[in-house]
Amino acid sequence: MLRYTFNRVLYALPIMLGVSLVCFLLVHIAPGDPLVSVLPPDATEALRRQMAELYGFDRSLPEQFLRWLARAATGDLGTSIATARPVAAEVARAVGNTVTLAAFATLIGFTLGAIFGFVAGYFRDSPLDRLASALAVLGVSVPHYWLGMVLVIIFSAQLGWLPATGAGPGGSTEWVWDWEHFRHLILPAVTMSVIPMGIVARTLRALVAEILSQEFVMGLRARGLSEFAVFRHVVKNAAPTALAVMGLQLGYLLGGSILIETVFSWPGTGFLLNAAIFQRDLPLLQGTILVLALFFVVLNLLVDVVQTALDPRIRRA
Amino acid sequence: MAERVLEIRGLEVTFRRGEERIRAVAGVDLTLAAGEALALIGESGSGKSVTLRQVLRLDPERTTEVAGSVRVGGEEVGRLDRRGLRRLRGGRVGMVFQEPLLALDPVYTVGQQIVEAIRAHEPVSRAEARARALELFRLVHVPSPDRRLDAYPHELSGGLRQRAMIALALACRPQLLLADEPTTALDATVQIQVLLLLRELQERLGLAILFVTHDIGAAVEIADRIAVIYAGRIVEEGPVRAVIRSPLHPYTRGLLASRTEGALVKGRRIAAIPGSPPDLARPPPGCAFAPRCSLAVEACRRSVPRLEPFAPGHAVRCLRAPEWAASAA
Repeated sequence: MLRYTFNRVLYALPIMLGVSLVCFLLVHIAPGDPLVSVLPPDATEALRRQMAELYGFDRSLPEQFLRWLARAATGDLGTSIATARPVAAEVARAVGNTVTLAAFATLIGFTLGAIFGFVAGYFRDSPLDRLASALAVLGVSVPHYWLGMVLVIIFSAQLGWLPATGAGPGGSTEWVWDWEHFRHLILPAVTMSVIPMGIVARTLRALVAEILSQEFVMGLRARGLSEFAVFRHVVKNAAPTALAVMGLQLGYLLGGSILIETVFSWPGTGFLLNAAIFQRDLPLLQGTILVLALFFVVLNLLVDVVQTALDPRIRRA
Repeated sequence: MAERVLEIRGLEVTFRRGEERIRAVAGVDLTLAAGEALALIGESGSGKSVTLRQVLRLDPERTTEVAGSVRVGGEEVGRLDRRGLRRLRGGRVGMVFQEPLLALDPVYTVGQQIVEAIRAHEPVSRAEARARALELFRLVHVPSPDRRLDAYPHELSGGLRQRAMIALALACRPQLLLADEPTTALDATVQIQVLLLLRELQERLGLAILFVTHDIGAAVEIADRIAVIYAGRIVEEGPVRAVIRSPLHPYTRGLLASRTEGALVKGRRIAAIPGSPPDLARPPPGCAFAPRCSLAVEACRRSVPRLEPFAPGHAVRCLRAPEWAASAA
């Protein structure tokens, strides 16, 4: 198991390298001059060249990539063109906010999804199953920016219970553990939880129904195990697949949602990415994408390792 | 007669599939004495496995209608509450399935599953249960049992898996072992070993075995008595020797004639029974075998013949059997 984990980490390194190359190229292949937004329209050619030199845009692409990579490895992602602040700090703060949002959305989505999925799978084709399945399908199908706006209309505009936008009182962008900040979290987290809830519920329903139809479940009952003990077996059989799906969903949520963060003005990575694209802020864009991509790699790594630990059939193969 | 471990009277099982009602078992009577082995022989869909599962009421109650009586050690299975049923399952009655790879939970080691089964029935510690599991593995002749207890089902060979399954079924010292085609999924050489093991366990533990199979060779190997089931009814029942040497029902004779043992002469086809079993959603009014039977007369198609005793302990459900047996003699 340790050996497997070590190997898996080792394999992740070339993937990370590839990911950073793709990030770099994607951003640089995209059309648009990054300096347009900071230079006045009537800037002289000399000034232009000076700025390009300052940001390193005058060098060849491979050289730019290697220099960027070398600095990124030390945690320095360069300086934002638009704000002149270090990209690493901007990304770190946005990541913190997105993680907070994702964590709460995950908590809601996975809990409800697991409950709906198990209930639907256990009581297949009963009215209870139909209700749970309908909620799950609704969760996956409803456009969440629309749901976000509807929730804002109901709970902020009409009822006035919860704030509509922002991550804290007075436009605060730092997360603090208090009720005021938590109130800001509720609506975006609920909106965001709907998709993983639906996906987890649907996956688990199919999974549980499939497990229950296997012969070994009759085998367990034939041994006189209680329904609770049978349930425990079902959970352990469902765990590897369920975790893989949840890991993937968590990955998507951690990536931040441009739509949701824009609807709720939540200062996370999606919001940052959106801003960086519109301002053609190459270093910021590059840094944000890189961090998000590496997130995915690490998360996949974790899911693989946990899944292997849980499923003996993979472990010893 | 010795103590009756199992007594089935007039068992009828009907499955509801939407609008359709499938009568899988249409009145089965079986009696099994302590230490006796009975082989229930039939082809796929004859109702043999359904009968077996009803001993533990394993079919989903929502879609299954059951009539008649199943008694284990004098206790009516149909009247047991949840707790009583749990005590019966795996306690007084153990069950072995056809394909152990499917019937064992893939994500628990076989040892964990045996320990769990023991602890579900008896208040013993984990260590004690583990010691008993080890003992059970020795009983069913698993080599290096200590190591094998920690194996997952997929890590064992087919034969070892079936031995583990048998050990699991015997975990709480049942009086009755239900075996649902326990050798069908195994290699021919391993089949013999498992049959010998079952025979040995039966003698050593005084176990009663209800053995369901479509393999007459396996039945002869292990059973004291044979019951042949067709379309949900027993058509012939008797001591092994009597049924094999002088089969009375045309279906039994057809089964014996279609055996491959000794019949594989080059250039000769295996004698098969023409036609196929009846649709159990629309069973024929008379003898279910009549449409495939060369001896069938008008009376056969009118009403279902009764199971009539022919010789001591040998009964047959066929109108033409007495006539035919007389002419053959």
